[in-house]
Amino acid sequence: MTIHTFKPDLPPPTISIGALGWLRANLFSSWINTLLTLVGLYLLWLIVPPVLEWAIFKADWTGETRADCSREGACWVFIQTRFGQFMYGFYPTELRWRVDAAAWLAIIGAAPLFLRQMPHKLRYGLGYLLVYPLLAYWLLHGGFFGLQTVPTSQWGGLMLTVVIAAVGIAGALPLGILLALGRRSDMPAIRVLCVTFIEFWRGVPLITVLFMSSVMLPLFLPEGMNLDKLLRAMLMVVFFEAAYIAEVVRGGLQAIPKGQYEAAAAMGLGYWRSTLLVILPQALKLVIPGIVNTFIALFKDTSLVIIIGLFDFLNSIKRATADPAWLGMSTEGYVFAALVYWMFCFGMSRYSMRLERKLDTGHKR
Amino acid sequence: MRSIARGTVPRRSPFTDPRIRAWVFQVLAVLAVVAFGWYLFHNTQTNLAHRGITSGFGFLNNAAGFGISQHLIDYSESDTYGRVFWVGLLNTLLVSVIGIVLATIMGFILGVGRLSSNWLIRQLATLYIEIFRNIPPLLLIFFVYFAVISPLPGPRNSLSLWDVVFVNNRGVQMPAPSAVDGFWAFWLALLVALVAVVVLNRWARARRHATGRMFPVFWTSLGLFLAIPWLMTFIAGAPFTWEVPELQRFNIRGGWVVIPELVSIVVALSVYTAAFIGETVRSGIQSVSHGQTEAAASLGLRPGQVLRLVIVPQALRVIVPPLTSQYLNLAKNSSLAAAIGYPDMVSLFAGTVLNQTGQAIETMAITMSVYLAISISISLLMNWYNKRIALIER
Amino acid sequence: MSDSVAQAGQASEPVIRMQGVHKWFGQFHVLKDINLSVRQGERIVLCGPSGSGKSTTIRCLNRLEEHQQGRIVINGVELTSDLKQIEAIRSEVGMVFQHFNLFPHLTVLQNCTLAPMWVRKLPRRQAEEVAMHYLERVRIPEQANKFPGQLSGGQQQRVAIARALCMKPKIMLFDEPTSALDPEMVKEVLDTMVSLAESGMTMLCVTHEMGFARTVADRVIFMDKGEIVEQAEPEVFFTNPVNDRTKLFLSQILH
Repeated sequence: MTIHTFKPDLPPPTISIGALGWLRANLFSSWINTLLTLVGLYLLWLIVPPVLEWAIFKADWTGETRADCSREGACWVFIQTRFGQFMYGFYPTELRWRVDAAAWLAIIGAAPLFLRQMPHKLRYGLGYLLVYPLLAYWLLHGGFFGLQTVPTSQWGGLMLTVVIAAVGIAGALPLGILLALGRRSDMPAIRVLCVTFIEFWRGVPLITVLFMSSVMLPLFLPEGMNLDKLLRAMLMVVFFEAAYIAEVVRGGLQAIPKGQYEAAAAMGLGYWRSTLLVILPQALKLVIPGIVNTFIALFKDTSLVIIIGLFDFLNSIKRATADPAWLGMSTEGYVFAALVYWMFCFGMSRYSMRLERKLDTGHKR
Repeated sequence: MRSIARGTVPRRSPFTDPRIRAWVFQVLAVLAVVAFGWYLFHNTQTNLAHRGITSGFGFLNNAAGFGISQHLIDYSESDTYGRVFWVGLLNTLLVSVIGIVLATIMGFILGVGRLSSNWLIRQLATLYIEIFRNIPPLLLIFFVYFAVISPLPGPRNSLSLWDVVFVNNRGVQMPAPSAVDGFWAFWLALLVALVAVVVLNRWARARRHATGRMFPVFWTSLGLFLAIPWLMTFIAGAPFTWEVPELQRFNIRGGWVVIPELVSIVVALSVYTAAFIGETVRSGIQSVSHGQTEAAASLGLRPGQVLRLVIVPQALRVIVPPLTSQYLNLAKNSSLAAAIGYPDMVSLFAGTVLNQTGQAIETMAITMSVYLAISISISLLMNWYNKRIALIER
Repeated sequence: MSDSVAQAGQASEPVIRMQGVHKWFGQFHVLKDINLSVRQGERIVLCGPSGSGKSTTIRCLNRLEEHQQGRIVINGVELTSDLKQIEAIRSEVGMVFQHFNLFPHLTVLQNCTLAPMWVRKLPRRQAEEVAMHYLERVRIPEQANKFPGQLSGGQQQRVAIARALCMKPKIMLFDEPTSALDPEMVKEVLDTMVSLAESGMTMLCVTHEMGFARTVADRVIFMDKGEIVEQAEPEVFFTNPVNDRTKLFLSQILH
């Protein structure tokens, strides 16, 4: 018997490795690719240097008034002087600490949920969801326990955007799940009601819904009863986004194999218990990307409240750029707004990707 | 006896029989909804009565009395609110159609770019998509409108392309065609070319099936499309005269004027939607497994044929449904036009007409029905399409 | 012993010749100095542990993988990056995949006529006749108008074999054709392959079906860690392997 000796591993030929090999394979593998690379480089050269020059090298960074915007590039002074307004709207300056406090409480309160080894995570999470909104309402709106009332007409800026988005998410998720369950229900009447509700809200643009909240809701309410403008808008956002969440969740419910329903029923679990303990946890896990995408859409959609005259982040920037003392600052204003919206949305989408990978416990077929 | 009966056949309580429970539950739910609806209706009636508003659609026949900056059909201030509806609807459709065409072209380029074998192109496409899908479309509209178009020079100092197209802060002015002698002949020639191309395609396929010989269908079709109308202009004369906008002392006269609102919305919405279409296209192409490409290639098909005969037909099944929902989104987002005063359905009807007449319920109902009708008809179409193309499996 | 193999087809020039073929996936050296020549009508079985490079070897033969060193000559045509030559070789070399890779949007018949019509430029009637001929040969002519999704795994794999045969290839490559099948369907596919072998087709099969290797193969090649460790007639290979690695592998696979 011969004993086979294996040949040693050799390094690949230089043409296929190293910087040169990489360039050859990824940028210049054929004449078409070379052409594309050159076009791409030309595009970059066209866009990047002027943008950098405008935004950084030739920009004004310090000053206090319009007169300090002397250089050719962007005038970030505008953003600096109006920063408070962009963040808090017309919230009284001396009370802005309350907004900060609410924000910090949200972050600190939610932080334990992201720790890996945290006992009673579910219980803590539910408690947090119950307690925090009350606390936040007390801090932001006030009116009891010694805090002065700040009416919602004074709310604005990024704070208002985040409040609408947060209320929207908190309201739309449970409502959307209920609607999805209703749509999959065995009871025809419930199914018809849910389908009608979902298809109505998904069929119309949010703008018309917001219009409706400002012109039609007052007609629907009994005389003398008047809902706060912000509250009406938030109600509409919740209904609107719930319809979208419902469709996402339905996708997850449909993906759960029938065997899971049967197994749950075989264990003697009733409808609500099998749904809550067996079906929903699996279904929601499947549709996390879809839910987060809906949240991102919701966050972007909050900008539409401008239509009914709420001073959210985008509107406060729009107002500021129309200020006669700061004419010609539109580009700076909207670029800053885009950056802020982008950070929120991009952050959410990255977080969902991470979550998806973490929760990926083998549902691949 | 009784005790045995009780022991073997447990008495059914109506509260635990699932069928009865379902019935009760449904009846209660329907009752609740009806009651709620009646409550709203009642409130509305009293409110309207107090405000002295009569409901009904009679107002549609009243004269509108306001001007509209862009109308695709004839419109003057003395026309009725009913006509305003059509003007708004057409303006909405105009934005949607142009936006859809542009977004589709850009989106397909982006989607294919995301899968390019060229690293730089891949990165650029990813960068575009990651930037634009994370910014609110309304912000993009504002950006184009206030930060790009407004700072443009006035008409006197317009940027011009070959002195034919002028770009300034009042929009884009370009040559307008107007029909002359050869107009009908030209359209006739186009029709003839279209028929010729269809016939050619059928013939080429029949010949390929019969003899196996190929025919350069694409290039011949393109040639026919260009040549027949071109020849016709020699025979019957030019189809159009172009009314070129002229730079005058304070203004530019003549030509087609594309108002800045339209430019802003179309640019912003197509830039925004293209990012989503790009992702749709990418995932559609990626959904076709690599094995399909390998199998097709191993049979000796050329890369172009692999794409056309194997990849695209399969990818389209995956792409088309989300693509239509992107189209729907774009159509719905066109209502953002209201924020910068483009005279679309929402801003004309739910805005101006509502303010002038106070007929909140009627105008909102009409506006929402239009969007609902569009959405529902498209989703019905989609369901039909999905059923038709579904892969047949066991 | 290997003389008899050599005599079987000594007259003709080998249809496949691999000389000193090397391949890397990134830094990983997957094929090391592969030398192999196959004569017309020869039936070869490649076996070896997973990751030994056997699939990569046959995938190099029709350029589904690109080799970085050495020469591969098929039917007198050398494989280079020239597209025309690759297409020419691919239309002479049929391939059957582990996961069938039938086109799900086309019927069985259309799967079989696609390449003959677009590559061989056959009229449709003729392409369909050829397709029906081979579908009969793999014994599923009655499924011609069904879609792949409606067939069982064994039927799908037989369609895949027919599809490859419709191009009238000179060489057939099989990449683990039975590994993805339920046990009861393996036989129908193997039977098809045996009858194909009996018709004199040049075949290279990557497979773990040792029964098939015993009855059909002219030569069994054992690969490990990217090298050809041993090749011999099946008789010798199974009863009296020379190499320690081969023995170990056979003891694992034959219990």
